[in-house]
Amino acid sequence: MTPAFPDAAAETLVRLTDLTLGYRRHPAVHHLSGGFRDGSLTAVVGPNGAGKSTLLKAVVGALAPFGGRVTLHGLGAGDIAYLPQQAEVERDFPIDVLDTVLLGHWRRVGLFRAVGRALTRQAEEALAAVGLSGFERRPIAALSAGQFQRVLFARMLVQDARLILLDEPFTAIDARTTADLLDVVRRWHGERRTVVAVLHDLEQVRAHFPDTLLLAREPIAWGRTADTLTAANLDRARAMAEAWDDSAAPCRRAAS
Amino acid sequence: MTAFDALAGPFLEFAFMRRALAACLALSLGCGPVGVLLVLRRMSLMGDAMSHAVLPGAAIGFLAAGLSLWAMSIGGFLAGLAVALLAGLVSRVTTLREDASFAAFYLISLAGGVLIVSLRGSNVDLMHVLFGTILAVDDGGLLLVAGIATVTLLTLALLYRPLVVECFDPGFLRAVGGSARGGSAGGGLGSRLGAACHLIFLVLVVLNLVGGFQALGTLMAVGLMMLPAASARFWAERVATLALTAMTIAFASGVGGLLLSFHLNLPSGPAIVLVAGTVHLLSLALGPVGSLRTRWFPGRHLTA
Repeated sequence: MTPAFPDAAAETLVRLTDLTLGYRRHPAVHHLSGGFRDGSLTAVVGPNGAGKSTLLKAVVGALAPFGGRVTLHGLGAGDIAYLPQQAEVERDFPIDVLDTVLLGHWRRVGLFRAVGRALTRQAEEALAAVGLSGFERRPIAALSAGQFQRVLFARMLVQDARLILLDEPFTAIDARTTADLLDVVRRWHGERRTVVAVLHDLEQVRAHFPDTLLLAREPIAWGRTADTLTAANLDRARAMAEAWDDSAAPCRRAAS
Repeated sequence: MTAFDALAGPFLEFAFMRRALAACLALSLGCGPVGVLLVLRRMSLMGDAMSHAVLPGAAIGFLAAGLSLWAMSIGGFLAGLAVALLAGLVSRVTTLREDASFAAFYLISLAGGVLIVSLRGSNVDLMHVLFGTILAVDDGGLLLVAGIATVTLLTLALLYRPLVVECFDPGFLRAVGGSARGGSAGGGLGSRLGAACHLIFLVLVVLNLVGGFQALGTLMAVGLMMLPAASARFWAERVATLALTAMTIAFASGVGGLLLSFHLNLPSGPAIVLVAGTVHLLSLALGPVGSLRTRWFPGRHLTA
């Protein structure tokens, strides 16, 4: 009954062990086990309310699990870059594009160290990589939503993290920007970084993401994208009851 | 009378005018950047609340030691700090938001202060506490204001990055400041760094209001903090230039207010704040960033 999920081998970077997450005792992710391999590029797919964002929050440590564990293998605090679905960014803050991208160096410069020529050049290269050369001194208040998303990707490029978590990075972003940012994701994959992205566009997932986790509160399937996104699996995911059951009984499922 | 006489004469001739000028400079250096950060953190009205909260401490200091600057300043500082900490604490342990609990505590504090002063002091003393006496600043007062400006600038230099990032992108600071793993959810190093910065910043706000209150009075002190900071938004688009602009506007308002007060025999505190207010109205009308002028006369649009 339990699908054959990628197991915790030596190369696993993030291992999930019987993980249950949620809000107010109601599970949003229910008994999920498996692992993200080092260097893998995984899409997390599922209907709204399936627990996709919740899973990413637990991996960055912003949400304590109800049960089970997230184990990070050899990852320090600065090794994770996380792009939340709704970044709580003050968009009219008086800061320019280059300074925003330079924040990605936080792990190296901290509170006091100077940002030297070399770090600035890295930030400029990151801006070039997302197609924003020449925008260095533009205030972020003057950017469109797509341009700002490019800036956030540039900041993640600079962060140089081993694990990159993207929560719906291409929602409300036009096709060209999406294509450019997907190039960045592919570049990360080529550099053997581990990327996990929550996505809704199945064509995009099939075209660019080798692995997929199909989540509908319960894990439906996890593996090669072609094996995961089958019609049968998608039907099962769609059948998930989105509403809370207020009278749900406490879960007695034994930890596997 | 030449323009030089009118503008420089009072300062050359009278020591008390020079003292007042120095006090204005020190106040501007501290209040400018603190005000800018208050505006950026959407806490503009918090400064106002804090300036009222200072009153009972100053009044108790006045009762204990007479019109002693140090007693009143320390009292005012403690009262302001108590209100800031209580408001912060209540907003964390109950569902009341921080601005509402600030309002509640500063009103209690203000009423207590007015009661104390009116029970024991004469009306003249109350006027001193409420409206300040920048023309009577002595050496001790100057040292206090200059010391507060120094502490403020050094602290802001140390905490500049986390203060700015906490305000711009708090989620990022939580993420990079350290992981919450192992601790309670959301209680990681980053959020602790953010909370510590917030607290230290509130202390700076109280300190600068205390510095301003002996010169401008508790009611006017916040004027030199918020008016230049709000005006600076119409001139500058970066945090550092905003702070410099606010400092400049604050100092220019100080000089202008002192001269007006000298030549026209007006009370100095309101004169200074009204000059700052005039600068604000001009900025709002004419400034290059988002002012009425750029809205009504944007100029021909560019080609790209």
